[in-house]
Amino acid sequence: MKNISLLAVGILFGIVMYKSEAISWFRIQEMFRFQSFHMYGIIGVAVLLGIIIHVVIKRGQLKNIYGEIISAPDKSKTFVASILGGTLFGLGWAMTGACPGPLYVLLGAGYWIVILIVVSALAGTLLYGMVRSKLPH
Amino acid sequence: MNILDFISQPWHWSVSGLGIAIVMLLLLILGGRFGVSSSFSALCSIAGAGRKIAYFNSDWRKRSWLLLFVGGSMIGAYIASHFMASDAPVQIAQSTINDLAQIGVIAPQQLSEGAGFMPNEIFGLDHLGSTRTLVFVIVGGLLIGFGTRWAGGCTSGHAISGLANLQLPSLVAVIGFFIGGLLMTHLFFPFLFNL
Repeated sequence: MKNISLLAVGILFGIVMYKSEAISWFRIQEMFRFQSFHMYGIIGVAVLLGIIIHVVIKRGQLKNIYGEIISAPDKSKTFVASILGGTLFGLGWAMTGACPGPLYVLLGAGYWIVILIVVSALAGTLLYGMVRSKLPH
Repeated sequence: MNILDFISQPWHWSVSGLGIAIVMLLLLILGGRFGVSSSFSALCSIAGAGRKIAYFNSDWRKRSWLLLFVGGSMIGAYIASHFMASDAPVQIAQSTINDLAQIGVIAPQQLSEGAGFMPNEIFGLDHLGSTRTLVFVIVGGLLIGFGTRWAGGCTSGHAISGLANLQLPSLVAVIGFFIGGLLMTHLFFPFLFNL
């Protein structure tokens, strides 16, 4: 039941991303050229509602299905790692027009070239794991 | 307007933002959290990378919930693209259409030219042999994988979950996302599109 629920939430996410056009390379270009409000609207509404959700969860000490109090862990990355890693990711986001979520969504929608982007992203992840100790954190 | 008309047209940004917030809430309730790029580490761990690289030496089963979510998103995309597709390509701003035309990318105006998700000039399978396509696909993918792990998250983990949880590192990462995206779009694209 838990697994089916996770799959169902994934299905909802895939539909929302597809129908919102957030998986479109062209929409990402609009965003990085500041020529449309669309992507800012999507992210802005999600963040605003997300802030409310987090406040309600914390105030109410709400529990997950395992009976544990829901706590979103603090992000522990340093300034250097966040800004440099973020910039590298931003370069890739503009090139492919997709962040990790949309990559899977595009695959499901039948854009087969995305397989190569995902394989490259896995290679990039591996590379990070290999040189991690030499990077500023 | 009936419900079928509603779901077949592109969704308004407010509906989409609401949808993403609901997804985030449901993942928290189900014992997970909204952050997709960690799935790449989990896949590396499954492939056995942990034997050579300690960073991947973690039990991927702890992240099996994320792999189920990601699998579901592919099914959702299949459903949406087959049964809920719009009858017109993605409609972007005229100013973006003009800017992209200058670097040789034509935004589709009719479905016969494409749905407007990925520009065929770069990501069409028939262009797989071109240097430009290989650079966009391979370098783009490498940057996504490397950058998200270094920064500790992507759009879902930082720009949405992290900002919603008022995390300062997430704000810094999102500023980085935009530094990178703006540099690529405005500085490097004119060069890369000449490849």
